[in-house]
Amino acid sequence: MSTLFKLAWRNIWRNKRRTLITIASILFAVFFAVFMQSIQRGAWGKIMDNVVNFYFGYAQIHTKGYWEEQSINKSFELTDEINQLADNSPDIQALVPRLESYALAAFESNTTGVLVIGTMPQREAGMTKLNERVVEGTYFQEGESAVMVAAGVAENLEIKVGDTLVVVSQGYHGVNAAGKYPVKGIVKFGSPELNKQMIYLPLKTAQEFYGAPALHTSLALQISDKGKLPEILSYLKTNLDTSAYEVMSWEELMPEMVQAREVDTAGNKIILFILYVIITFGIFGTILMMTKEREYEFGVLLSIGMKRGAMGLMIWLEIVMLGSLGALAGMIFAFPLVYYFYTHPVDFGKISEDMKAAYEKFGFEPIFPAALEYSIFGWQAILILVITSILAIYPMLKIRKLKPVEAMRA
Amino acid sequence: MSVIIAKGIKKVYNPKTIPVHALNGVDFSIEKGEFTAIVGPSGSGKTTLLNIIGGLDNPSEGYIEVGGQDISKLSDNELIEFRKNNIGFVFQAYNLIPVMTAKENVEFVMLLQKRSQEERDARVDELMEAVGISDKKDKRPSQLSGGQQQRVAVARALAPKPHFILADEPTANLDSKSTSNLLDIMANLNKKENMTFVFSTHDQRVIDRARRVITIDDGRVVSDEVR
Ligand SMILES: Nc1ncnc2c1ncn2[C@@H]1O[C@H](COP(=O)(O)OP(=O)(O)O)[C@@H](O)[C@H]1O
Ligand SMILES: [Mg+2]
Repeated sequence: MSTLFKLAWRNIWRNKRRTLITIASILFAVFFAVFMQSIQRGAWGKIMDNVVNFYFGYAQIHTKGYWEEQSINKSFELTDEINQLADNSPDIQALVPRLESYALAAFESNTTGVLVIGTMPQREAGMTKLNERVVEGTYFQEGESAVMVAAGVAENLEIKVGDTLVVVSQGYHGVNAAGKYPVKGIVKFGSPELNKQMIYLPLKTAQEFYGAPALHTSLALQISDKGKLPEILSYLKTNLDTSAYEVMSWEELMPEMVQAREVDTAGNKIILFILYVIITFGIFGTILMMTKEREYEFGVLLSIGMKRGAMGLMIWLEIVMLGSLGALAGMIFAFPLVYYFYTHPVDFGKISEDMKAAYEKFGFEPIFPAALEYSIFGWQAILILVITSILAIYPMLKIRKLKPVEAMRA
Repeated sequence: MSVIIAKGIKKVYNPKTIPVHALNGVDFSIEKGEFTAIVGPSGSGKTTLLNIIGGLDNPSEGYIEVGGQDISKLSDNELIEFRKNNIGFVFQAYNLIPVMTAKENVEFVMLLQKRSQEERDARVDELMEAVGISDKKDKRPSQLSGGQQQRVAVARALAPKPHFILADEPTANLDSKSTSNLLDIMANLNKKENMTFVFSTHDQRVIDRARRVITIDDGRVVSDEVR
């Protein structure tokens, strides 16, 4: 075995130039693939994080069926059991309970439809930093009879801080809901969608308004590390009564977002696919030449008693080693660059004002770090290994059918 | 005792397309320890005959027995095994594995046979000495002259102590000095190791050194003389 390794290694270097060219082409493919995917995954990770942090949280708990049909009648109590579950998991930092429903808001002769979010001001600030969005007035407090109004809503209604907002809706199980709340602050969102329809009440105030004391429509989870999300989800799913509750990840909460990412990454996958097809043909060309050149030698080896299996293994090792060298070199070149952009995120705002404006609309800066994920590196290595292993079948088949007399008649 | 017996050997290449009758009924037998030259002009069938004796190729017709075994009946894998254990080949040129040193080339078949390190080392030293290239042990074939390469090839063929050494025009690419040198080495080893040597040639200087000369022409034995 070690003899085969040694032979394979030396054989690789018989034609130094060809080997180096082959390695360089694999290096380039792996380098490019790793770099591109790291940048892309990093950017999408950042976008997703922003969206997640901005309202939804990484996961939510609802009454089963709530997300399908969002009705205040599907609200639930925050039981000790759920609190206990959250407390027992070190990865869940906080629960942000909310009561959300639609209502009609009016000021003087103006009316508009709004989404009322009853939430705990402190916890909301901890997760979504709502307090940092205040552009006028001050942030609200728990227990207060006061409302925070999104800037777009305020504009439509021509309402200012200190004015009183009238809110009317249908409450829990059809009760009439009506209330008057002084505007304590105005919050500004980047997204025009949200800006036009969000108003925030302290949780208790919202529960009274909707006639749903101690009830919630959702529990958003603030977690310590998004990498732990799968564990947290399975922890909740095994410990919660899933016939009563649904536990949803942000991916399930925002399938459109996930789809947008899929569409974008699919484009890159096609580029990578084409790149790898080209590389595959390149490697195959090398293998063809190598096999042709060495036919006589294979004949000699067979004549003096080397088994076909051992010869096949030797060739396989040669080709896979060649691929591994290229893949390794590609990773070694890509790593510092990816690491650099991981620690020094690209600020697209500096590159293009349009981009800056576009992202700021959604409430975040277009600063994207590269993702430093070992799986991106690992996949390239596996891919090259698979490609070379499959290509190596060709010379192995040749050797299987080789007749020493014919091989040596050349 | 006859160790090679050939009876009515015929070989037709491409029987279905353009048949080439390379051997047209060859009969002979060779005794243990003989030093035999198969002589004939180019295209007379020498290579074909040696390949059949060595189990690299099958006859189209006839009986071939080598070392007491009817080798026409062996499967591909059995033939590889048979060659590894019985036959040492020396070809016209490009015999050696270019990525191995002289020493590694000589050692290789013993390695395939899983002989011990000590046995291999001893045998390699002995043979390198015998063929006179002890000082070139660690050289790659490309760093050796044609004559030196053929001496390494002879050493490699002899290394696993096969019963037969088959050499197909081993001196075809050598100058006269290297030719006589190689023949001295082969003749000495033939005596010393008591192996049966069969080699082909059309070089008169080589023919003169053989103790038995089987002449073939057009795929037939035309003369067979022992001196
Ligand atoms: N694989 C083959 N296919 C077709 N014809 C062959 C093949 N090998 C040898 N021949 C033919 O068989 C005849 C004998 O060839 P060969 O045994 O090589 O002769 P020698 O070694 O004496 O020169 C020649 O006419 C040669 O062209
Ligand atoms: Mg010939």
